[in-house]
Amino acid sequence: MMGALLPLLVAGPLLAAGVLAMFGRRPAAHAIIMFVVLIASTGSGVALIANFGDGGALAHGVGGWAFGIAIPFAADMFSALMLTVTGLLAVTCTAFAVASGRANSRYFAPLILVLVAGVNGALLTADLFNLFVFIEVMLLPSYGLFVLATQGRAPLRQVSGTRLYVTLNLLTSTIFLAGVGLVYGAAGSVNLAELAGLASTDSTVAIAAAVCIFALGIKASVVPVHGWLARAYPATSPAITALFSGLHTKVAIYAIYRLYAVLFDGDARWLWIGVVVCCATMIIGVLGAVGEPTMRSILAFHMVSQIGYILLGVALFTQAGLTAGIFYLLHHMIVKASLFLSTGAVEVAYGSGTVGNLSGIAKREPWIAAAFFVAALSLAGLPPFSGFVAKLTLILAALEAGQIAAVVVMLLVSLVTLLSMLKIWGGVFWGRSDAGEGSQRADPAPDPAPQPSADGVRAATTRTTTDAVPRRRIGFALAAPAVLLAAVTCGLGIGAELLLDLSDVAARGLLDTSAYVEAVVNA
Amino acid sequence: MTLALTVAVLTAGGMYLLLQREMLRVILGFVLLGHAANLIIISAGGADRRGMPFGTPDDPGSVADPLPQAFVLTAIVIAFSITIVMLVLSATGSQTDDTTDDDPEPDFTEIERRVDAERLAGAAVSGQPTHEGHQEAHA
Repeated sequence: MMGALLPLLVAGPLLAAGVLAMFGRRPAAHAIIMFVVLIASTGSGVALIANFGDGGALAHGVGGWAFGIAIPFAADMFSALMLTVTGLLAVTCTAFAVASGRANSRYFAPLILVLVAGVNGALLTADLFNLFVFIEVMLLPSYGLFVLATQGRAPLRQVSGTRLYVTLNLLTSTIFLAGVGLVYGAAGSVNLAELAGLASTDSTVAIAAAVCIFALGIKASVVPVHGWLARAYPATSPAITALFSGLHTKVAIYAIYRLYAVLFDGDARWLWIGVVVCCATMIIGVLGAVGEPTMRSILAFHMVSQIGYILLGVALFTQAGLTAGIFYLLHHMIVKASLFLSTGAVEVAYGSGTVGNLSGIAKREPWIAAAFFVAALSLAGLPPFSGFVAKLTLILAALEAGQIAAVVVMLLVSLVTLLSMLKIWGGVFWGRSDAGEGSQRADPAPDPAPQPSADGVRAATTRTTTDAVPRRRIGFALAAPAVLLAAVTCGLGIGAELLLDLSDVAARGLLDTSAYVEAVVNA
Repeated sequence: MTLALTVAVLTAGGMYLLLQREMLRVILGFVLLGHAANLIIISAGGADRRGMPFGTPDDPGSVADPLPQAFVLTAIVIAFSITIVMLVLSATGSQTDDTTDDDPEPDFTEIERRVDAERLAGAAVSGQPTHEGHQEAHA
C-alpha cells in the first residue's frame, strides 16, 4: 500500500512548483514552501531507507492498470539512498543560492522544484521511456537555472557555456530516445521488469540497450565523451554548479547501474569494456584538472576522474564492487558539492575564482578553509574521512576481482588528486592574507567577530573603509552549507559502518534483481 | 526499408549541420536528428506488418501499435520546447551566432566590480594612494 505514495515524490514538487509560479513575487513564501517540499522529499528518502533495512522493494503501477500497461514506479535501497542524498544536496545548494543572492528571481523556486521532481522521477521510474521523460523534466528547468545564474547582461562566456550545455544534453537525449526506440523494437516493451535479463540472452536487445547506456555515459561524462563537463559547468553560478554536479551526472550513473543490473543481469562478457573505460576516465580526468586555471574548472575536471572510480563498481559487478561503488557514489556527491560550495563561497564573496588572484583566505575565513580542507582530503582519500573508506573498499574489491591494473591506476590517480587540491589550497587559501585587499597589512590576523550580516554579498558591499583588520566577508548563511556537508563526510568516514551496511543491501538488490522485478510485476 | 533509408538520410543531414559553428544550423540539425529518432520509434512499432488503426479489426495485431505513437508525441513536445530555448540562445550574445571559444579572462563577476569600485572609493576617502587599488582592479 505504501507503494502508492511513490508517485507523490514527483507530483508533490511539481504541484508546488505550479502553485509558486502563479504566486507571484513573494520571496519569503517561495523560500518557505520550497524548503518544506525539499526537506519532505529528503525525509521520505530516509523513511524508504528505514523500510528497506533487509532488502526488498516497493512498486506502484500508476492508475491501477494491469502490469505491462501501467506506468510503474519502483524503489529499493539503492533508489532510497539516492533520493536521500540528492534531497540533502538540493536543500544545501539551494540554501547557498539564497544566501549568495542568486535566488532573487520569482522563477527560481519553481525551477528548483521541477528539477527535483525530475530527479526523483528518474530515480523511481521502472520504465525506460519514462526515464527519458524524467531526465528531460530534470533538464528543462536546468536550462532556465543556468541562464538565471547572472543578473543583467550575461557575459559571452556564459552564453557559450549555456549553448554547449543545451546542445550536448539535447544530443544525448536524442541518442537515448533512439536507444529506447530500438529496445522497444527488439524486445516489444520498455518496462524494466519485462526487459529483465533479456540483454544477456538476446544480442539484439543487448545492442539496443548499449545505445541507451552509451547515451547515459555521455551524460555522466565518461572518457572519451567527457569534454563538455569541464567547459559547461564553470559557466554558471557556483550554487548551480554544485547542484548540477550532485544531481545530473549522478542520476546518469544511477541509471547506468540500474540498467546494467536489470537489463544485462550483470553480464560478465562486457565488464572488461567498463574497466578499461573507467581507468581511462580516472587518468584523463585527473590530468586534465592539473592544467585548469580556476577553482571550479579544476573541480569539474576532477569530477570526471571520480566518475571513473564510481563506475568501476559496476564494471566489477561483484558484491564487494557494487557496495564500494554505491558508497563511493554517495560519498562523492556530498564531498564534491561541499568543495563546490566552499570555493563558491570564496568566489561569491571575493569576486574571483582564479587560482592565484587570491591568497590568505584561510586566515580570514577559517570555517570555509576548514570545510575545503576536510573535503579536499576526503576527495583524495585520506583517513579518517569517507573518501578513505570509499577508496579502500573499492581497491579491495578490485583486488578480489583480480583487476591489478585498475588498483595501480586508482592509487596513482589519488596522488595526483591530492596534488591539484594542494594547488587550490596553496593558490587561494594559503599565503599572506593581504592580497585581495587594497592595503598592505603588517598583521593579517583574522577578525575575531564575524560579520553580523547573514548575507555574504551584502557583507562585502557594506564593508567599512577603516580597514583596520581584514574583515570576514563570508557570512554564516554562505558558509553553513559547505561546512555542513564537510561535517557529513567526516561523519561518514568515522561512522562508515552504517552507510556500508546500507550500500551492501543496495548492492545485493542489484546483484539479484528478483525482488525489484517481482515488486514491479505485482504492483 | 523506406523508413530505414529516411532515418539514414535525416541522421546524415542532422550530423552534418551539428558540426557547423553557427547556432542556427546546429538547431536545424537537431530538428532533423529529432525526426530521425521519432521515425526509429515509429518503425519499432512494426510499421511493416501492421495496418492503419481504422475500423473494427478482428485481430489487434494487425493495426498500428499505439504505444510508439504516444512515445513520439511526447518526444515531439519535448524537442519543440528545447528548440525554442536554443533559438533564444542563438539570438543572445554577440552580433553573430557563432559559438566562440572560451574567454581566457578570469570570471569577473558583477560583485567583484562592485567591490573594486567600492575599494577605490574607500581608498580615496581614507587618503591612501589609489594606484594600489588600480593595480588590484587590473590584476
